[in-house]
Amino acid sequence: MVQAHKQPNYIGVFWWLLALTIIEVGVIFTPLAKVLIAILLVGLALSKACLVAMYFMHLKFERTTLGLIAVTPLVLCVLLVFALLPDHSAAPHQTAGAVAAPAPPPSR
Amino acid sequence: MSQVAVMHPEVEPAESPLTPESWGKLGMWIFLAGDAMSFGALLAGYGALRYGSSDWPVPSIVLGVSLTAFMTFLLICSSVTMVLALAGIQRGDMAALRKFLALTILGGAMFLGMQAYEWTHLVHDGLGLTVNRWGASLFGTTFFLITGFHGAHVTGGVIYLSCYLIRSLVGRLTQRHANQIEIAALYWHFVDLVWILVFTFVYLL
Repeated sequence: MVQAHKQPNYIGVFWWLLALTIIEVGVIFTPLAKVLIAILLVGLALSKACLVAMYFMHLKFERTTLGLIAVTPLVLCVLLVFALLPDHSAAPHQTAGAVAAPAPPPSR
Repeated sequence: MSQVAVMHPEVEPAESPLTPESWGKLGMWIFLAGDAMSFGALLAGYGALRYGSSDWPVPSIVLGVSLTAFMTFLLICSSVTMVLALAGIQRGDMAALRKFLALTILGGAMFLGMQAYEWTHLVHDGLGLTVNRWGASLFGTTFFLITGFHGAHVTGGVIYLSCYLIRSLVGRLTQRHANQIEIAALYWHFVDLVWILVFTFVYLL
């Protein structure tokens, strides 16, 4: 088999993934606004997913059309989230049992 | 291009237009795109149910983060060993392939063991498919469905890679089969990629 591209620095990608994971876990304990934390977390997760797809799955070295196939589910999922938005704004529902008696605090 | 295609130029081309290495690789990419939609639909459904609920618990408090952060680390490590296994077979170093493939399988198996441990504790503490002592019962339903679906993928990946390890051990895998390992590696990295998203959306957010 002929290798079409130079091998990327896999260990370098590993350190990036590790660093981003540590930042992600750290972010949830910061006293920032919830929306800001959510945006940061989604941004960090997508960055990590991109690193895995581009370098480990070699998408960076593949043809552009293959990249389009890979990106399609993400586009469709974003559309799906928007399609579900009316449900988000519907009246909030609550578990029947939890209405009468608030849930006990966790034992741990 | 194969001899058949040279002799019969009007037949389907032997070379995939998107993945010149093999049609199998294109097939795996298309399968993964479809599979990604399954996970995407589950996560989008999770989001819709969560934001429509008034008593959804804070996941990081109920589930804990340290064990799953380590599980994430483990899957990232197994992705690295997988690329090293592929690099091994591509240069004809079958010993490296076997070593790194075995480490990848070990990483997957350890991940599954930790997931079983986590599930057991959560069920014992009062989180089930239809029960949740911390609030919305749908939290339990979606949690077990999404992590279970992912766990099933890891199980499939461990079996998939074990087949290649066995083939390699009995001498039925050579450098010529590097392409098959590349396709298997795509699947394994996808499982890692999905976990990165599941970890963020189900545990951290």
